[in-house]
Amino acid sequence: MNYKFNWSVLWTGESGQWLLSGLITTLELSVAAWLLAVALGIISGALRTVRVWPLRAAATFYVEFFRNVPLLVWMFFWYFAVPPLLPQGIQDFLFAHGLEFWAAVCALGVYSGARFSEVLRSGIQSIPKTQLEASVASGLTTFQAYRYVILPVALRIIIPPGTNESLNLLKNSSVALTISVAELTFQTRQIETYTAKAIEALTAGTLIYLVLCVSIATLMSWVERRTAIPGLIVGGRQRR
Amino acid sequence: MLDFDVIWRNLPFLMLQGFLGIGNFVGGTLRLAIPSIVLGFILGIFIGIARLSPQWWIRVPATMYVEFFRGVPLVMVIFWMWFIMPIVLKTAIPEFGVALTAFVIFEAAYLGEIVRAGIQSVPRGQVEAGTALGLTSAQGMRFVILPQALKNMIPSLVTQFIVLFKDTSLASIIGFMDLTKAAQVVNNREIRPFPIYLFIAVVYWVCTYSMSRYARYLEKRIGPA
Repeated sequence: MNYKFNWSVLWTGESGQWLLSGLITTLELSVAAWLLAVALGIISGALRTVRVWPLRAAATFYVEFFRNVPLLVWMFFWYFAVPPLLPQGIQDFLFAHGLEFWAAVCALGVYSGARFSEVLRSGIQSIPKTQLEASVASGLTTFQAYRYVILPVALRIIIPPGTNESLNLLKNSSVALTISVAELTFQTRQIETYTAKAIEALTAGTLIYLVLCVSIATLMSWVERRTAIPGLIVGGRQRR
Repeated sequence: MLDFDVIWRNLPFLMLQGFLGIGNFVGGTLRLAIPSIVLGFILGIFIGIARLSPQWWIRVPATMYVEFFRGVPLVMVIFWMWFIMPIVLKTAIPEFGVALTAFVIFEAAYLGEIVRAGIQSVPRGQVEAGTALGLTSAQGMRFVILPQALKNMIPSLVTQFIVLFKDTSLASIIGFMDLTKAAQVVNNREIRPFPIYLFIAVVYWVCTYSMSRYARYLEKRIGPA
């Protein structure tokens, strides 16, 4: 096979529009799933470190089950298996308002939440136990101690591994193309289908992902420096 | 909803064809996962060593390789291989070959980082002692550094192998008949998504969870170096 390059397919026709709308969908999907994942990760990560065992067991089950099954299986599960179990009214609403997008948000968010949870748990466990004891001794409830003492420190410590997980989430959002969410990889394939120029289309999609990942990594290392607690040994040890 | 009879009826297809790869189709999660892990690890060792090379013309390309593949989704890499391999090799490549190449190339970037960290965890004195004994730098790497480094890397390696095992499900996107694709085929015929997808989730879970238990056991037995 002889391949003839024709880079102009990327700026003629509708390719530009498709790439842009794909980029926007990827960002929307990633942001929505990220919010869900962070919420689930903080709750379950914190619950895995408490003393009440039923709470700890529930959080452990969530993390171990959702983290250890491929994201693709979860995509199919949330898209095909969950909606028929919902009440008719909600089903109709979802079918009218982009079911595949919300299924992808659930799949990606719940899966990544389990991974965030592990990151947060290791962050909490790297804080000396005396911090919790000191907060309880000064009259805070366990909830208040987590809310005002443990979590603010833990969330700063986990910025580097958390950024890594966030980038994984962004890259994993490409799996949503299997349930036909029109995100960036899906649109890249669409350009390929319409123009039969695979290498050009894939190059464009790949470059957009690379630029996204590099800019997020740069932004987060700035955030890390801004939020560092001066003189904190745990925080200092994490940085290289 | 919970009609688990459908699993029983399709169990041979799901497990033999989808999981093991015995049947009329080219497929099998295990048949893809095992060579991917072995070959990816071998390539990863070379990349990890190249990342630490004193020669810049080895170190820089290896670093670019790692940074590039860690910034791109695996789905993208699979599509790249799917389109590019027939053009470069000038012949049709079966899904198995495409998926295997994509996984090996992609995972080697991640495994290379683990190997690099493992090599860096070996004290410098070990290298010097090897040189003092008259070993060449290749011999020192092969007989002194790598055996110790491998021991330190086992926990992170197994974690990455688990990730790779889960990632093999993405081969179903290009039509490779693995467990996920087999479940799709069965579901298209039976329309019982809940029990079918829950079942394969449990199959994947049993494999990955036992791998992670084994990693924890190894970590305890060997202990931090």
